[in-house]
Amino acid sequence: MKYSGWKVLRQALGGNKGWEPVWRDPAPKPAYDIIVVGGGGHGLATAYYLAKEYGLTNVAVLEKSWLASGNAGRNTTIIRSNYLLPGNEPFYELSMKLWENLEQDFNYNAMVSQRGVVNLYHSDPQRDAFARRGNAMHMAGADAVLLDEQGIRELCPFLDFDNARFPVKGGLWQPRGGTARHDAVAWGYARGADQRGVDLIQNCEVTGFQVKNGRCIGVETARGPIAAKKVAVCVAGSSGRVMAQAGLRLPIESHVLQAFVSEGLKPIIPGVVTFGAGHFYISQSDKGGLVFGGDIDGYNTYAQRGNLPVVEDVCESGMALMPMIGRARLLRMWGGVMDMSMDGSPFIDKTSVDGLYFNGGWCYGGFKATPASGWCYAHLLAKDEPHPVATELRLDRFKRGHMIDEKGAGAQPNLH
Amino acid sequence: MIINHPLLGPRDAAEFVYLGDASLIDRPDWQSDTAADDFYEYQYLRDNPAGETRELWFHEQGDRSWLVVTRNTLTHEITKVELARDVALAAGRDR
Repeated sequence: MKYSGWKVLRQALGGNKGWEPVWRDPAPKPAYDIIVVGGGGHGLATAYYLAKEYGLTNVAVLEKSWLASGNAGRNTTIIRSNYLLPGNEPFYELSMKLWENLEQDFNYNAMVSQRGVVNLYHSDPQRDAFARRGNAMHMAGADAVLLDEQGIRELCPFLDFDNARFPVKGGLWQPRGGTARHDAVAWGYARGADQRGVDLIQNCEVTGFQVKNGRCIGVETARGPIAAKKVAVCVAGSSGRVMAQAGLRLPIESHVLQAFVSEGLKPIIPGVVTFGAGHFYISQSDKGGLVFGGDIDGYNTYAQRGNLPVVEDVCESGMALMPMIGRARLLRMWGGVMDMSMDGSPFIDKTSVDGLYFNGGWCYGGFKATPASGWCYAHLLAKDEPHPVATELRLDRFKRGHMIDEKGAGAQPNLH
Repeated sequence: MIINHPLLGPRDAAEFVYLGDASLIDRPDWQSDTAADDFYEYQYLRDNPAGETRELWFHEQGDRSWLVVTRNTLTHEITKVELARDVALAAGRDR
């Protein structure tokens, strides 16, 4: 279905009764060239780019619930590419460039809003580290501006600059960063993939892998077995339990990350503000709600809910940074299950089983990576070699000692 | 979550620090021929089960004892709490 202003007008006059479903609801075929397990943002992006960039349309996306029912609907919608290490930064900058052209590319309003992302610093050594990161970003083609205290005062005059523990001394600003509409991203990819012939199969949980002579030849699902030449798992959050069905242990623990939205307020937060020292970040949605979050709860869980000590911790950090939000009422809070990898960086790689591919370990940074994750995973699936910006995102990097320890912390900070 | 400490009674989980799977008690033999692979698996790979799991919690804000807590990762229900020392002794370790 194509959207146009004329169509919206005509439907409005007709009581909006003529809209049709945006994608088909096909029954699974007995066999496909490629099966993507997981109908979240990354899986749908993978299917979309497989069809669009590589002409591979005999593809199915299997989703155990409805499309984008997991972390695609549970994130805080931030897009940015402010990383340091050469294994990471070019990948995230590719993602940023794909975000910038996404809506034109898939003809869907993803509400990409480049309102800027600023990371605050509080000391001289932290400023130096941010200057280094900014330079690394420039070298990868990204944008970065190191702001001093005056610069932050102009951007965010409402912060508690003279906080006794963490006085705000400046920040690293990425003006091209911002936010996007999380559901629309998944819907746009789903629609684009479906239009090109990809089968999006919902309510179809994968319950096992068919492995013969060390090669994956298909999957068992709640709707019967489906054969495939290649099986691409893309289920961040559930990676541990899905890959266990193939007998694989991963360098991943599942943790819960909570997020919060306040009641709608007038526009006050200019972009995304992150307060790493206090484990707090915040932006403001287009509806006016303050969208914020903090750190993971810190224990293994597959439950999509957290506990109260972290709620208190996040709100305390928020009050320390911007006391003005103290009167705002919390409207909603939720938890999403994160694949926490051991170095805090993701994986896009083949596995030890031929024909079985793995994409996961996104920690709490999967949303911003959605376009590049799909782009690079599609490249790996179509060509059987990693995309140039994703060569280091390998499953065996811990064994080889080539960690991408961006923050020096994964599920635990004591693994390095 | 409330952890029912074997010595101190029910305590808020916020008093504890989480380490991970209780199998971390069983450190591999460093003199083994396969020590490099064993330590890689010990350090980096995880079973990461959905359901009941045994894990190590440290009572940092309390008596600083290590506990083995049996907990369900789908419901957060805690069904058993033991002193890690008792678990290690029962497994044949000398301390």
